[in-house]
Amino acid sequence: MAAHAANTSEDGVVVLHCPPELEREALVNHNRSLNWITENVSVICEERTRRWWWIAFLIFSPIALLVPLLLGYQVSNGIGVWGENQPFGWAWDITNFVFWIGIGHAGTLISAILFLTRQKWRTSINRASEAMTLFAVMCAGLYPGFHVGRVWKAWYLFPIPNWNGLWQNYRSPLLWDVFAVSTYFTVSVLFWYVGLIPDLAMLRDRAKSKIKQWGYGIAAVGWRGGNRHWQHYEMAYLILAGLSTPLVLSVHSIVSFDFATSIVPGWHTTIFPPYFVAGAVFGGFAMVLTLMLPARLLYPQIDDMMTRNHVDKMAKIILLTGSIVGYAYLMELFIAMVYSGHFYEYNAFYNRATGWYAWHYAAMMFCNVVTPQIFWFKAMRRNYIVVFIACQFVNAGMWYERFVIIGTTLAQDFLPSSWGHYTPSWVEVFTFIGTFGFFITAFLIFMRFLPMICAFEVKAVTPQADPHRDPKAGHDHAQPKEAALSAH
Amino acid sequence: MATKRLHAIGAEFESAAEIYHAAEKVRDAGYTSWDCHSPFPIHGMDKAMGLKKSWLSAFVFVCGLTGFLTGLGLVTITSFGIYPIIVNGKPIDWSHGIRALQFFFPVMYELTILFAAFGATFGMILRNGLPRFHHPLFNWSRFAKVSDDRFFLVIETRDPLFSDAKTKALLGEVGGKHVTEVFDHD
Repeated sequence: MAAHAANTSEDGVVVLHCPPELEREALVNHNRSLNWITENVSVICEERTRRWWWIAFLIFSPIALLVPLLLGYQVSNGIGVWGENQPFGWAWDITNFVFWIGIGHAGTLISAILFLTRQKWRTSINRASEAMTLFAVMCAGLYPGFHVGRVWKAWYLFPIPNWNGLWQNYRSPLLWDVFAVSTYFTVSVLFWYVGLIPDLAMLRDRAKSKIKQWGYGIAAVGWRGGNRHWQHYEMAYLILAGLSTPLVLSVHSIVSFDFATSIVPGWHTTIFPPYFVAGAVFGGFAMVLTLMLPARLLYPQIDDMMTRNHVDKMAKIILLTGSIVGYAYLMELFIAMVYSGHFYEYNAFYNRATGWYAWHYAAMMFCNVVTPQIFWFKAMRRNYIVVFIACQFVNAGMWYERFVIIGTTLAQDFLPSSWGHYTPSWVEVFTFIGTFGFFITAFLIFMRFLPMICAFEVKAVTPQADPHRDPKAGHDHAQPKEAALSAH
Repeated sequence: MATKRLHAIGAEFESAAEIYHAAEKVRDAGYTSWDCHSPFPIHGMDKAMGLKKSWLSAFVFVCGLTGFLTGLGLVTITSFGIYPIIVNGKPIDWSHGIRALQFFFPVMYELTILFAAFGATFGMILRNGLPRFHHPLFNWSRFAKVSDDRFFLVIETRDPLFSDAKTKALLGEVGGKHVTEVFDHD
């Protein structure tokens, strides 16, 4: 009680005043109205396409075209056009698969885990990061699909009854991957769509042209915002969040099983599942910020919904997960080099740190472990330029991490006679660049046609959304006397 | 053209707090076929309206269970029955294989989540009587603000307590503005 100054208003309600240092920062700055939120979220989809959008679209969409062109080239010439060969069978393409699927995880973390833990600041960033998840998983899914070599037989991965009477080997982690990634993509689409319905209704209600009314109208399935609907909606959203949480943890765990269940030194380790999941969240948040910081610059009005406080919090998560990743790197070294007493494990890590790909290892350590440490300082977390640059280091670092895990292990395993170097071919390099083109083009299209910020959820966290708010008392929470006293 | 039929009477409110208190009064008046429309879910509104817990969760549980059993059937029937493959020397017959299910767990796990997520999404949409692209409320021009910043309390004619004059008076009493008759077509 001592920390709080309590005033009793005339109708017997105790109004608690938080000391200023404990006051939480507002989730929407400048005390914006509900209508202001509607206008400023919808205008992004409704205004005339801006010039920068066309310029960006014309730059990135041709880059995206590299993907179908080079995959066509690969299919018509065979998998040999990629630089990978024995013993380096999983090279850039599995690296890129793990890289992209990891990026997706931040979107699900924001939408599901932060929802379950009642982190209300997620509301303004969840829509965009879920969209990012979908595009990242699309980029990821491409790689194993084409890595099978004969892509027209990729349907063998799915349990489809066939004339040959063949069935899958359900004991294989690669098949688990098929189920995990396809479930992850489907559930992410459903979760994203359920979250979109009320905002699609908002765009429908504002649409002027017939095409927009029809388009948004059909997508909004006739949503009317009745509380009898919200009741089931909120239950469905809670359940989807509850389902996505174990799902997202399982997806990257299963991706790590691809490696961990083998007996190759450097892969055969139980530390992988938590280490991969933390790394995925770490890299994903960096990518969310990479997309959101420029979006904020281009649409200054969203600054009041995605505030410096949001960036600060995301930077803190990067710091936390980056430190977990750093701990995993060191623990992995300790297990292999000190604790295991296993000759090949020792050598695998010795070669990682000092061998052919030593500079990849150094880049990984620097980008993932050293760079995020600047986020211990509040001034750095709140400086958009510093955050953006640090995120680029993290993006690069996470790619190096995957290459280090996959590449260095395969290059030098047991017998030196079966060791082998690897250099990516131009086809691999440009396919990877193409996936970035696709990722950014898809995000541009998403921004243009769908509300980038979840307007209805942002409205729900404003002070005026609280039905028990006393307008006279301003921002303070008014509580009945008994409740207030029993709480202290 | 068919004659217009009265669908409901609606009133507009300007804040979440106003409609919340109005809902409590309409609930206490004993109405059953009515609803509060808002741009976002209002915290505590279920209680103010006297609604019970959503049983969507039970439906989702059944869907999840179906997914789990589908997964179990898929892996066991193929691996022990119609297409056994020996991997890691693990048993491939029913009686021994069923005791070595750990390897199959991920597939069952993912299918449980997949089916449950479909159940949650489509269960919610169907439970709400959606998709329904036309509804009498869309004839009310002010109602377009429901997705923006206005709140609407609507009492339907099918409610046993409904009476044109009394219902209108009640909506005015609880603080509703723009009390309007909503017809099933223009």
